[in-house]
Amino acid sequence: MTAYFDGNKGWQPAVFLEPRIPSFTDFLAAYSPGLLPGERGLSLPDVAGGSDVIRDLPHATTLVAAACDHGVVVAGDRRATAGNMISKRDVEKVFRSDEFSAIGMAGVASIGLEFIRLFQVELEHYEKMEGRSLSLEGKANRLGAMVRGNLGAAMQGLAMIPLFAGYDEEKSVGRIFSYDVAGGPYEEHRFHSIGSGSVFAKSALKKLYSDGMSATDATLACVQALYDAADDDSATGGPDLTRRIFPVITIITDEGFRRLTDAESAEIAQHVVDERMRLPDGPLATLRNG
Amino acid sequence: MPFYVSPEQAMRDKSEYARSRIARGRSCVALQYTGGILLVAPNPSRALHKISELYDRIAFAAGGRYNEYEALRKAGITYADVTGYQFDRRDVTARALANWYAQTLGTIYTESQKPYEVEIVVAEVGDTPADDQIYRITFDGSVSDEPGFVAFGGQADQVAGRLKEKFSDGMSLAEALGAALEALTPPPATGTAAATPAATNGELTASGLEVAVLERSRAHRTFRRLRGTRLEELITEARGNAPAEESAPAAEEPAADSGEPPTGPAPGSSDGIPKGK
Repeated sequence: MTAYFDGNKGWQPAVFLEPRIPSFTDFLAAYSPGLLPGERGLSLPDVAGGSDVIRDLPHATTLVAAACDHGVVVAGDRRATAGNMISKRDVEKVFRSDEFSAIGMAGVASIGLEFIRLFQVELEHYEKMEGRSLSLEGKANRLGAMVRGNLGAAMQGLAMIPLFAGYDEEKSVGRIFSYDVAGGPYEEHRFHSIGSGSVFAKSALKKLYSDGMSATDATLACVQALYDAADDDSATGGPDLTRRIFPVITIITDEGFRRLTDAESAEIAQHVVDERMRLPDGPLATLRNG
Repeated sequence: MPFYVSPEQAMRDKSEYARSRIARGRSCVALQYTGGILLVAPNPSRALHKISELYDRIAFAAGGRYNEYEALRKAGITYADVTGYQFDRRDVTARALANWYAQTLGTIYTESQKPYEVEIVVAEVGDTPADDQIYRITFDGSVSDEPGFVAFGGQADQVAGRLKEKFSDGMSLAEALGAALEALTPPPATGTAAATPAATNGELTASGLEVAVLERSRAHRTFRRLRGTRLEELITEARGNAPAEESAPAAEEPAADSGEPPTGPAPGSSDGIPKGK
């Protein structure tokens, strides 16, 4: 049958019926490459002032992730920054990618959101085609290849990098993977942070994190770290008590992906803020152990 | 030296060929129940499915030749995923998919030497039973809108006849499964075969059935397979009250099957789709 349709490439169903690797992104690259987030960036004209335009695009800022007992927590602040302006106060950077994983992004927000949507379809497409989910490594590797696909656009300033975390059903642990603009994945142990405030968030987590933390404790540590990031990085937003905008917090365990409700996240953020009223620099780490 | 064959004769031959091949298989059914749409297919294999998920609220079921409907299933998933990615998840509809399948099968039927030996059903669960849609597409690209229930593949006409007697609006899941099982079980043959014990001859069991539902109340992805003990319990319930008066509790939760990848979040949780910045 395939041989018969080969002479008629313009006929749409023939393209759909061909046997192929069950990757949605690869299919789009062959069928309609214009639909892929990075492809259009390749033809950006090199005009004066172009870099200003890109600099003034909304950028998503800080994300943190921390492994916990039988799971992993991923949280993100809510600010999008355009140059030296705040472009949005309630942006979301962390999403469910499938039942046992979450993906977040830092960098150019428009590219990032489109990219995450593509990654969600990629995972679901494989699952429906093959009747099983990809392994966690499979998802992480796939994401690496997809990030590399955006390299051309990234070189022109449309850069975004994801943070991927999920529950490994075979090993019963939460795992975190990071990327650079050329791909990845790099597996991170214990905790990680990406985005403009990541230096401060990671330093905070270094002092607050302990192995085998419960999900509740890891969540609190993540929110403390985001607070510290917002404290020192102008592009990262802290809890907005007046508008009731709080970090997005997701927890992935053996029970699957769960995003904390606004009320739950508000309670944790409120607790952190109350504490900081007394101790503005946050919890003190012990100086001498033993 | 090729012989001349009139177009009428060629088409008749193709139809005859496809019909006779499809009739060899087992029939499958899809029907509405209050909580969604139930799909039932006799299928001893746990891995080679006749029923599967196409999209959030849309299922695919097929009878006939496996390699052909499997290719069509994957093509449909791709078509749905491209449409949903390009526009929005709500913009993927059973009607569009049914038309796409009709177009595809019609072209294959007219242009290729051998028609596909398949019959396909595309079902979509709506917000209310009135919004449910069930389409049946046959090997030649004919498409029909089947309100309420449909039988396809194998001896579809006879099964449809039996199902019509059993089907009614507002059935519970167990009642609908009962109706499906009765329709799929051939009546005991008259004469010598009637002497065999009724319950053991040709009775469908959980291990020989592929059963799935599109669950109306679920958020995001509504497709669920019913397997294992959950299916056995349902079959017992369905057989127990075949003419059931007391309907089962409406809030039935198909047990998550450990061997199957999850296909969506629990009801009420966030669907996790970026909704813009």
